[in-house]
Amino acid sequence: MSMLLLEGLLRLPLTERAPAPGEAALAELAAGVGRTARRRLGRSLSIREIDAGSCNGCELEIHALGNAFYDLERFGLRFVASPRHADVLLVTGPVTANMREALERTWRATPDPKWVVALGDCARDGGCFRDSYAVVGGVAAVVPVDLHIPGCPPRPIAILEGLLALLEPPAGGSRQPG
Amino acid sequence: MAGLNDLLGQGRRVERHAPWPRALVDAAMWERVAAEIAEGAWTLLGLWGDTGAVHMALLDEPAGAVGVITLDCPAGRFPSVARHHPPALRLERAAADLFGLQPDGLPDPRPWLDHGRWGVRHPLGDRAPASPDGQAYPFLASEGESLHQIPVGPVHAGIIEPGHFRFTANGETMVRLEERLGYVHKGIEGLMAGAGLDHAVRLAGRTSGDSSVAYALAAARAAEAALAIAPPPRAVWLRALMAELERLANHFGDVGAVCNDAAFALMHAHCGILRERVLRAADACFGHRLMRDRIVPGGVAADLDEAGTREIRALVAEARRHFPALVRLYDGTASLQDRTVGTGTLRPALARLYGAGGHVGRASGRAFDARRALAYPPYDALAFEVPVLQEGDVNARVWIRIREVEQSLSLVEQIVAGLPAGALRVAVTPADEPREGMAVVEAFRGDVLAWLRLAADGTVARCHLRDASWFQWPLLEAVIEGNIVADFPLCNKSFNCSYSGHDL
Ligand code: SF4
Repeated sequence: MSMLLLEGLLRLPLTERAPAPGEAALAELAAGVGRTARRRLGRSLSIREIDAGSCNGCELEIHALGNAFYDLERFGLRFVASPRHADVLLVTGPVTANMREALERTWRATPDPKWVVALGDCARDGGCFRDSYAVVGGVAAVVPVDLHIPGCPPRPIAILEGLLALLEPPAGGSRQPG
Repeated sequence: MAGLNDLLGQGRRVERHAPWPRALVDAAMWERVAAEIAEGAWTLLGLWGDTGAVHMALLDEPAGAVGVITLDCPAGRFPSVARHHPPALRLERAAADLFGLQPDGLPDPRPWLDHGRWGVRHPLGDRAPASPDGQAYPFLASEGESLHQIPVGPVHAGIIEPGHFRFTANGETMVRLEERLGYVHKGIEGLMAGAGLDHAVRLAGRTSGDSSVAYALAAARAAEAALAIAPPPRAVWLRALMAELERLANHFGDVGAVCNDAAFALMHAHCGILRERVLRAADACFGHRLMRDRIVPGGVAADLDEAGTREIRALVAEARRHFPALVRLYDGTASLQDRTVGTGTLRPALARLYGAGGHVGRASGRAFDARRALAYPPYDALAFEVPVLQEGDVNARVWIRIREVEQSLSLVEQIVAGLPAGALRVAVTPADEPREGMAVVEAFRGDVLAWLRLAADGTVARCHLRDASWFQWPLLEAVIEGNIVADFPLCNKSFNCSYSGHDL
């Protein structure tokens, strides 16, 4: 183990440069109503992930954000175990009829102010599962959504760009402490 | 013991079903076969509903032969197989939910996928409107002194798929785990009915995201069998390359994740790097990190060029450079071994009874690997070993993955070295008559079965996909007994069953 740790110290880090916040994400957020909330949430966000019916592909790429290349936590973004500790709900999948209530309840358990990010093409409008008897639709069919990150699944870098946009102060506004 | 062909010969052979035979049987024979499965004469490969009929796929393991028997159920009932053979239980509950086919004598008649939320009953059979308000689900009783229950899910603490676990514990020791699944049921088989073949294969690739390649491969192969189409050799080899990259990515991820659940983050970090490298190589070669939609009916939709070949060779070299040190780290860390050795032990007899595939079966003495047992191309032309262990604990399931990583790296090298030149895809034309086909392919977590019936115009009339998880989830309940609550995540990760693949 000591060899591995030593190598880790001597080698250049794998972590890559931060991407700029996504343009589309910034535009969608600017058009939304969350301006005040955004000021209050500041530069560190706790994220609660909810799979509302995904194929698990989106989860794989969310997981990847934690690896050495993307190192999500350096941005002050971290995943938390309880919705009660969360500022952001990151929701994947078409919302299935069988998950609808769980999503609603998780949303209600998350204190205000909060954001909902719908991740993946399914989360936008149900994707290729849209027309099923077992699917309610996209996330916005069940809870209000602030930001969509498209892709099937979105690449980790696209997820990062979207999440970083949440940390940007609203245009013209200043950030206020907690 | 007579072979599977003799058995099927006792029924009425169904034409235009490929590559393995299908036979119509009567209720008496259906029950007799169920009893034979329970005695171990055949392995149950799958059981699924259809319009007015129920099918059962059987495997003759020693002979590597597969067959399907079908029972027409005009009255909507069939003799329960689960009454003789418990591994059929959830499959029958699902067939009852989706098609309204009632298994007579079913030991557990509770609904399974149907949570009372769809607004419709029997969505694939005789549809009937129903209230979407949900049904209460009575969990099985555990009685005794000082027992307490811990309900977990469907929303879990980590970034994992939804499902409900009901633990009953005595102090720290678990006396029962009961799973409730179906939360991510998307109605995939319903969406496939009537869909064009290309679209159906795209849907198959979204059944379990971690097995996008394996599912697309299974569905495409089933359709190609039905239509008697042979994809070009280059496509066949590229498909295997994608499948092995998918296996590598998942095994790296799983080895790290199991260690992470034992709070050994260093392994997780290093395995995460290897996993990311595989996904990046896949992206560089085929244009998608999960290689989604790259396997299509008739062939593949992406080629490997010179740069891609270099990328793959560099990946293999990188993995060979770094993985052995991680294996030594795993093997030499006593605090980690303390958590994985002897934990969550699956007895070989139970693995055999359930026909458990993948690392779950192979860590418990069941040597089945579809690449070897059914030897679909190009695996018949490639050299590889199928590692098998007997211990059946978390440690053994980790070791199976480690050994399979080594095999997959070798397979990737062989494929890149031997990749035939030529076309990537052949045209897929409808047969102007109904056709049926099936395929079994080895995903990273075990065998995926795809069965489909194509209409005369080439659209999908019925497609059934059976994930390896169907036979693994119930075994997780079994291995948990007597373990401490804190070891559940470890056991669960070492299985790594798919929720979405199971719920579809
Ligand atoms: S967007 Fe794609 S990867 Fe994500 S859940 Fe849907 S099908 Fe799966």
